[in-house]
Amino acid sequence: MSENDAVEEIIICQDVCKWFGDFQALKNCSLRVQAQEVVVIIGPSGSGKSTFIRCINRLEEHQAGDIIVDGIPLTRDVRNIEQIRSEAGMVFQQFNLFPHLTVMENITLAPIQVRKMKKEEAQETAMGLLNRVGIPEQADKYPGQLSGGQQQRVAIARSLAMSPKIMLFDEPTSALDPEMIKEVLDVMQELAETGMTMLVVTHEMGFAREVADRIVFMDAGEIMEVGTPEHFFTNAQHERTKLFLSQIL
Amino acid sequence: MQEIHASQVRPPFYRDERVLGIFSQLLVVLIVVGMGLFFYSNMITGLREKHNVAISFSFLGQAAGFDIGESLIEYSRERTYLRAFVVGLLNTFQVAFLGIIFATALGIVIGVMRLSTNFLVSRIAAFYIDIFRNIPLLVLLIFWAQAVFFKLPRVAEAIILPGPIFLSNRGVAIPWGIPTDSWNSYLIVLGIGVILGAAVAWFLREQGKRTGRMPLITLWFLVTVAAVGLVGWVILPQPMTLDQPFLEGFNTQGGKILSQQFMALLSGLIIYTAAFIAEVVRAGIQSVSKGQREAATSLGLNPAQTLRLIIFPQALRVIIPPLTSQYLNLTKNSSLAIAIGYPDLFAVAGNTILNQTGREIEMFTLIMGTYLSLSLLTSLLMNIYNRRIRLVER
Repeated sequence: MSENDAVEEIIICQDVCKWFGDFQALKNCSLRVQAQEVVVIIGPSGSGKSTFIRCINRLEEHQAGDIIVDGIPLTRDVRNIEQIRSEAGMVFQQFNLFPHLTVMENITLAPIQVRKMKKEEAQETAMGLLNRVGIPEQADKYPGQLSGGQQQRVAIARSLAMSPKIMLFDEPTSALDPEMIKEVLDVMQELAETGMTMLVVTHEMGFAREVADRIVFMDAGEIMEVGTPEHFFTNAQHERTKLFLSQIL
Repeated sequence: MQEIHASQVRPPFYRDERVLGIFSQLLVVLIVVGMGLFFYSNMITGLREKHNVAISFSFLGQAAGFDIGESLIEYSRERTYLRAFVVGLLNTFQVAFLGIIFATALGIVIGVMRLSTNFLVSRIAAFYIDIFRNIPLLVLLIFWAQAVFFKLPRVAEAIILPGPIFLSNRGVAIPWGIPTDSWNSYLIVLGIGVILGAAVAWFLREQGKRTGRMPLITLWFLVTVAAVGLVGWVILPQPMTLDQPFLEGFNTQGGKILSQQFMALLSGLIIYTAAFIAEVVRAGIQSVSKGQREAATSLGLNPAQTLRLIIFPQALRVIIPPLTSQYLNLTKNSSLAIAIGYPDLFAVAGNTILNQTGREIEMFTLIMGTYLSLSLLTSLLMNIYNRRIRLVER
């Protein structure tokens, strides 16, 4: 592979394997994601979707195979791990906002502590991001005072404050009340339109169909099928993919 | 159309929720006050008729007539009972204060060790906790006294630790400072240091508010005070001389002697309470959800920043209330001093004074009131701190 291809492909996973004790959670998963691409990962629960994207910023350690993010190989080298984490933002199912800090402090914490940014500058950026996710008026509240949808939008703003090149979403709407799902998906769609590289684990098929460039179907720790939304929803090849889609649609 | 007056219909009084509520409150108050009055009058009549004594605290002004092994203030057998009481109180205060500080430090270390991913480190901590949490404190105290500190060798064969610290059957002799004539001037210099330190802390705080990066304010405060203290030390002619203990004949001379009883009590209280504090600290850290650490990690915070900025502030909320209980326990447990002969509040007041004067009611009122005050004071301080760090929700 030439050097240019490596830059074009911002995430490269080759034969990634992961075990939890005797249980193999990931079996030779290979996936290449291009810059600015939106990839949605779907599959039944327990199929390894979350584990897969958690391996990409080392919240889980993969035991075999290669992961290369923006040209940086993910190894035991802590400097590489640090660099990759600073390039990949992550949004969690349970938001994981810091409850003892205000919304503003949640967003400015990492830029100030890790990037050594000045407070005014960080706050300015944070206000910009809060405007972008549509809740600038909540800046001085604590996470416990916000609705689930608002919390998740703050969590997205918090990740964006580190200006990542890649955003990883781990079931970002699964813990939300139905009426709040849309506000979060809208923010994600807007983000996709700005050209952010996104890897999204979700059960929102509408989002997958509309926003994804490619859809990955995982089952029992394996990547079964990869294709465009059109391909998936009209012409899925694998029996298990068809079965899953028939159950969920 | 029917008119509705439901809210204006009054039930009979014996079914009225509000009347019943007030009535039951009144009943409880009457019972409590009645019982209190009964016991009090019973006690007073009993005392007057059987022993012909009335409750009075005037005996506290009489000469005590007994010696106390160690005292933080000047005391002799000619001094009053009240003075003896205060000696005991200060001894209790001393051992409780030092005990709380050291038990907290040791407890935090063991608690964090317990959560270490290093198998050996975590097992050592678990072993410590399992051993010392499960041995009765009285047994531990008597062990430290009888098996360790009372068994120290004669002075001539004293165990000498660097310092020098002499461990012998006369107690533990440690180096100690002795103030000289310029000591009072030096105290003024230190006072200036504290004011300067406070100014530095204030300045850093303001700056921290602007930049958002709070520097280690306490550290810089201490550095400032220490720097001023050092300058004063050099300028003034030796405000304090270091008095190192040395062997002379059959005794150690100089330094400060910590009695065997004091050391045994302090060691026992620290080691016992630290085991409980370790579990409190572990529970606090574990109460912070895994997601918090993951979120901090994925934002690029390093482990030390994560612990300091995310985990500890949240763990504290869970740690403080049970930690307060441990502080109260330690203070109250110090009354077991009587078993190993350390003259704490209870040993002096509840044993010696009580036996000499026979004033049970008065002495127990004083003793219980004093322990209660100490505990309430500790609780108050901890509650104020707890309120400051509470989470805001809704």
